Amino acid sequence: MAARVRIPTPLRKYTGGKDAVSAEGTTIAAILDDLEKNCPGLRERICEADGSIRRFVNLYVNGDDIRFLDNTGSPVKDGDEISIVPAIAGGASA
Amino acid sequence: MTGASTADRPRLATTAEALRIVDLIGNTPMVELRCLRESIAPGVTIYGKVEGFNPGGSVKARSAWNLVRRGLESEQLRPGKTILESTSGNTGIALAMIGAALGYPVKLVMPENVSRERKRVLQAYNAETVYSSPMEGSDGAIILCREILAQDPERYFKPDQYNSEYNSEAHYLTTGPEIWKQTGGRVTHLVATIGTSGTVMGTGRFLKEQSHDVQVVAIEPSDSFHGIEGLKHMASSIVPGIWHPEQVDRVVGVDTEDAYDMVYNLAAKDGLLLGQSSGAAVVGALEVARDLTSGVIVVILCDFGDRYLSTNLWLGWRDRHQLAANK
Repeated sequence: MAARVRIPTPLRKYTGGKDAVSAEGTTIAAILDDLEKNCPGLRERICEADGSIRRFVNLYVNGDDIRFLDNTGSPVKDGDEISIVPAIAGGASA
Repeated sequence: MTGASTADRPRLATTAEALRIVDLIGNTPMVELRCLRESIAPGVTIYGKVEGFNPGGSVKARSAWNLVRRGLESEQLRPGKTILESTSGNTGIALAMIGAALGYPVKLVMPENVSRERKRVLQAYNAETVYSSPMEGSDGAIILCREILAQDPERYFKPDQYNSEYNSEAHYLTTGPEIWKQTGGRVTHLVATIGTSGTVMGTGRFLKEQSHDVQVVAIEPSDSFHGIEGLKHMASSIVPGIWHPEQVDRVVGVDTEDAYDMVYNLAAKDGLLLGQSSGAAVVGALEVARDLTSGVIVVILCDFGDRYLSTNLWLGWRDRHQLAANK
């Protein structure tokens, strides 16, 4: 079970510069756990201390916003594409 | 003939002079941010300059118009040309409005994740939009815009808001003098956010020329990964050519969550519904104010909040949290 996770530029310092990484898990919460194992520090940029997603961060599963699915409980299947997108258009690293 | 100079003679603007929407740009009001009074010393006052009253609804009307005006003067913008710019939103709206008013086509490059309202407004002004990757932020739009320009440089007039000093000049000529006049020369601190940095550069330069004691404070997101639409985190961004850090006294970083909370606060307590960049600016102003026993702080409020109702500022996590809390 592996999903592809697309990483926005400001967070690529946690992925060795990669714009996408692979992660295992059947829910968004599990994917975030797995991401943290391989990319330490990434999760706290995306999540609050209680595990909820920070207000200005949007997560999409195959283009669907998880706010309108089941938030961090949203199911993830093998081959799904997950995108982490800041809610707005901020600066990217040059 | 009397002795009075003709320059002093009051006269009414004729209909023809006030016919264009661009003639209404500037001269925005200031309002005291009263809900902050309890958090600061009695000798300190914080005024917001409400730039949402500009045509097009933001501070960017000033810079966009000055860039276009200068382009027309130099004939770099002339019939047959299309105005091309990269923007995270408000400059695009301002240029689209001005282009529509003057009869010039406008093409805008912006990240796909700008707010839905912005996209609709641009459609209404009949601007052409090109979207860059939402993963690359406003710098992705800058790079894509350069590519489009390089393909057909003769076709376009690029105002180049990030690098043209005419951007800062707009604020040197209008925002700065307005603040000086509106405060009766009492302003001690200017607080403004950094998007292109034009506002803080031009306004700050004018105010410092009036009084060396005026402190200029620039506000940026505290982190490269943020949710304050329109703002740049300088350390991780393509630095605008017009940004001269030696001309500001202080740069304050603001957390997105604090900026959002300030937006909620100002709407509920002062009746001022603003955008997230204004929230960030006011958080910065409050931080400055807390160290003072006296002073007049003017903070630039870039736009109103109506155009962010579909963004995470309102729709999404906050609603969800409230729904959960009300269950």
